[in-house]
Amino acid sequence: MPDGLFIFFAALTLGAASLLVLSRNAVTSAMGMILALVGVAADFFLLDAYFLGVLQVLVYAGAVMVLFLFVIMLLTDTAESAEAYPWKSAALGLAVFFFLAAGAVWLFVWSGAVPGTAAGATPPELSANPGEFVTAAKGFGRLLYTKYLLPLEIAGFLLLVALVGVVSLSKDPVEANA
Amino acid sequence: MEHTTLAHHLLLAGLLFALGLTGVLVRRNLLVVYMCLELMLTAATLALVAFSRFNRTMDGGIFVFFIITVAAAEVAVGLALIVALYRRRGSVKSDELVTLRD
Repeated sequence: MPDGLFIFFAALTLGAASLLVLSRNAVTSAMGMILALVGVAADFFLLDAYFLGVLQVLVYAGAVMVLFLFVIMLLTDTAESAEAYPWKSAALGLAVFFFLAAGAVWLFVWSGAVPGTAAGATPPELSANPGEFVTAAKGFGRLLYTKYLLPLEIAGFLLLVALVGVVSLSKDPVEANA
Repeated sequence: MEHTTLAHHLLLAGLLFALGLTGVLVRRNLLVVYMCLELMLTAATLALVAFSRFNRTMDGGIFVFFIITVAAAEVAVGLALIVALYRRRGSVKSDELVTLRD
């Protein structure tokens, strides 16, 4: 049996994700998404990945979802935003969900492919070996500026490209052609 | 944390992924479809963090760091595309955007 906190946050995450998928109102869906992301962040904390948990709340549940809510409120007419589920696609979605869920249960629980070992001792805050799992944010910085320096630079350049792309996409097409 | 095994975290990630894919297939509002895509991405990061913790290596965590960075950039561009689409077509419902089918 997993411990109580994990069960609580797993149930919260799955419930909020169901709200995201099933709610007919786009704003309610966004609220479910925020709750699901916070639940995942809590699971990061339970996995001793504190830095990633904080990052998840700040970047995903914070910045990204604010952007989403902003665009939803800009584009969706709340009076007529409720959408109907066509019977066929609802049946297809249900079938795909049960297929995937049954596959996940079989693969991770019954097939025995995943070893049932516990996580073991709490990881150290910092370690002399840079590749070892540590809880301090310093552990990330140390790897990002040595082993993963090139990916870090590329990620920074990608953010710049995205910034320029968004600015050029947001230009008024009529004005841009003139 | 003592009794939670790798399988529990992977199962949670798998179920989240299944919910996200279901949403992508069922929903008709492009913005909600996009949120469900993000949910699938988050489920994958959850599996990565679990593997990273149980294998006691840092690399999975670094991968998640980069995935979050790329996802933030991707959301910005994707939402700009959806807004541009709305300005051109006046709708964000995928069943109303059928110009190529007709």
